[in-house]
Amino acid sequence: MDLSFTGLQDELRAQARGFLETSPEPTWADLAELGWTGASVAEEHGGAGLGFLEEAVLHEEAGRALLHAPLWSTSSLAPFLPFEDQAAIAAGDASWVIALGPLVPDLDTAARVAVVGGDTVWELEGAERELLATNDETRPLGVVSGGEATRALSASDVLPSVRTRSLAILALEAVGVGARALELGIAYVAEREQFGRRIGSYQAVAHPLASSHADLELARSLAWWAAWCVAVDDTEAPVAAAAAKADAADAAVLVCERAIQAHGGIGFTWEHVLHRLYKRALGIQAWEASSSQLRAEVADHLLDTA
Amino acid sequence: MDFRDTPEEARFREEVRSWLEANLPDELRGHRGGEARFDGPEVRAWSRALYAGGWSGIAWPEEYGGRGLGPRFQAIYLEEEARAEAPPHIGVIGLGMAGPTIIGRGTEAQKARYLQPLLAADEIWCQGFSEPGAGSDLAGVRTSARLDGNRFVLDGQKVWSSYAHIADFCILLARSDPDSQRHAGLTYLIVDMHAPGVEVRPLRQITGEAEFNEIFLSGVEVPVDNVVGDVGGGWDVAMTTLLHERGTLGFALVARLEVQVRKLLALAVERGATPTQRDAIAREWMRFQALRVTAYRSLSALERTGIPGPEGSILKLEWSEANQRVTKLALELLGADAQLLAPNAPYGGYWTIQQLRSRGNTIEAGTSEILRNILAERVLGLPRSR
Repeated sequence: MDLSFTGLQDELRAQARGFLETSPEPTWADLAELGWTGASVAEEHGGAGLGFLEEAVLHEEAGRALLHAPLWSTSSLAPFLPFEDQAAIAAGDASWVIALGPLVPDLDTAARVAVVGGDTVWELEGAERELLATNDETRPLGVVSGGEATRALSASDVLPSVRTRSLAILALEAVGVGARALELGIAYVAEREQFGRRIGSYQAVAHPLASSHADLELARSLAWWAAWCVAVDDTEAPVAAAAAKADAADAAVLVCERAIQAHGGIGFTWEHVLHRLYKRALGIQAWEASSSQLRAEVADHLLDTA
Repeated sequence: MDFRDTPEEARFREEVRSWLEANLPDELRGHRGGEARFDGPEVRAWSRALYAGGWSGIAWPEEYGGRGLGPRFQAIYLEEEARAEAPPHIGVIGLGMAGPTIIGRGTEAQKARYLQPLLAADEIWCQGFSEPGAGSDLAGVRTSARLDGNRFVLDGQKVWSSYAHIADFCILLARSDPDSQRHAGLTYLIVDMHAPGVEVRPLRQITGEAEFNEIFLSGVEVPVDNVVGDVGGGWDVAMTTLLHERGTLGFALVARLEVQVRKLLALAVERGATPTQRDAIAREWMRFQALRVTAYRSLSALERTGIPGPEGSILKLEWSEANQRVTKLALELLGADAQLLAPNAPYGGYWTIQQLRSRGNTIEAGTSEILRNILAERVLGLPRSR
């Protein structure tokens, strides 16, 4: 067992962090130029030919930076699309979202929409998109109506794999969101003084942050386990991804709440970034299945397989 | 990153498994821990068999009688030992704390004298750190070590010392400079538990068993050759011991939690569980998985530096609280039956005793409050609380 990151993965993380700090709102073409959109698309189709573990580094950083781009929605679907579509993604010419329920994310940024009809996943063309006011402004939800299913993309039996990949990515994003919120909390309580002392020296303030650190490290462990399962197509991937998304979403929400509390009034204001992190965490927690629904799936796996 | 065993690791795991399968006596299988860790000659014989089989000091240097393998092989061994429900080597304190401290900070003479008998279970070790007035605040140690020629004379009292009633040696922290305060003026000593003036009294605990002891020291003579590190530099050495305690025991704890969770799942299948209980069970299984992965992640830090990092505190902190929740969940599944003790209790009272014992988990080896202080100050870099 080797759970360390490779040099390439460390480099990717540093590159992603640096880039997103200086360019917080990159275009899809910017991301394609960096090689992110086609990170795990094969080289023969114009991608970087990396694995899901390399992509996973990017998703954790994307969460941290609250990236407003259809990276999650595209990456969930990409490996199941025809090769020419994968090539278009790698080139930055296409991005995708699959509309599985009435609410669809990323309709403001995703170029193309996929839908399920019968036993096939289709491209939906000519549909009307309506964006709905959404708590997390960096990942708005919307609805599509009308349009025509024009082109078969894949058999619909890939949907469980799409879901597993999507859950794993959300778990990684949640870890990134939580990590940034915790860092902000630490930085604040290490400087802010009340009663003549830095408030981080009070255990009532420090211990919730210590708990946040522990919660987040455990969530990160599950998220990377899920990422590895996806990368090697392990049979445990569905349960790992469900467990990881439930745990990481809950951890991110809790870590954000503790960070807001540690900041006092300033953490409650619109101008502070914390509420944006918090809203992304809540959005991740709500998407696809609630944490208790996912734990019910885990329990079924553990208790009903005999 | 790869969550599978390498071929070398898989071979080692298989070697451990088949050895345990062939050598673990039936009466020791399903060992329940607690006071039984010290029971009778069979545990001592088992420990000697472990040594003969090459399973003591797997990660210790070969020159000190170990196998010189990486910590990951020690971790694999601990996992398989827990899965087989085999009793641990009786020299737990020696293997996990005294031994690594002597290897790291002891003199060549100390290494030559103590390490091999420790591995072989010929000599058993205990720890004398805590005192009635110095628990979490270990720097409040008052046991005095008065220098008299080429020996120290010890007077004082130690407490919460597991294995002391059967131990041959004790790693002990005492105040060698009577005018000193706090962390200064402490000296780390190896004390012969058979020396005149050493008296051990067992402490009966919440479970009714006696795993811990008080040690009373009156005029106990300790040769200066038994100082580990420098005279007056004992605090620093003690911190090395505690890092090893929290770091290397992490794997044993996670492995034991795996067994608890497996038993919990079996209990839930047998007795049935409500949707709320199923939710709680899923939560605990997820926590266990997360702890196991975290333990392996922390291995890379250990392998890089040779010293467990403060992040090991996460494992102990989260394990202790998880074990408390898991055992309480088992009681809930058992209902009123769980209130019975052996011989009428289900599973011989296993869960009832485990649940009571688990209350000690957040107190021993660093309380949860102290561990959160360590995380806050040493890992997060927050200002000190005192």
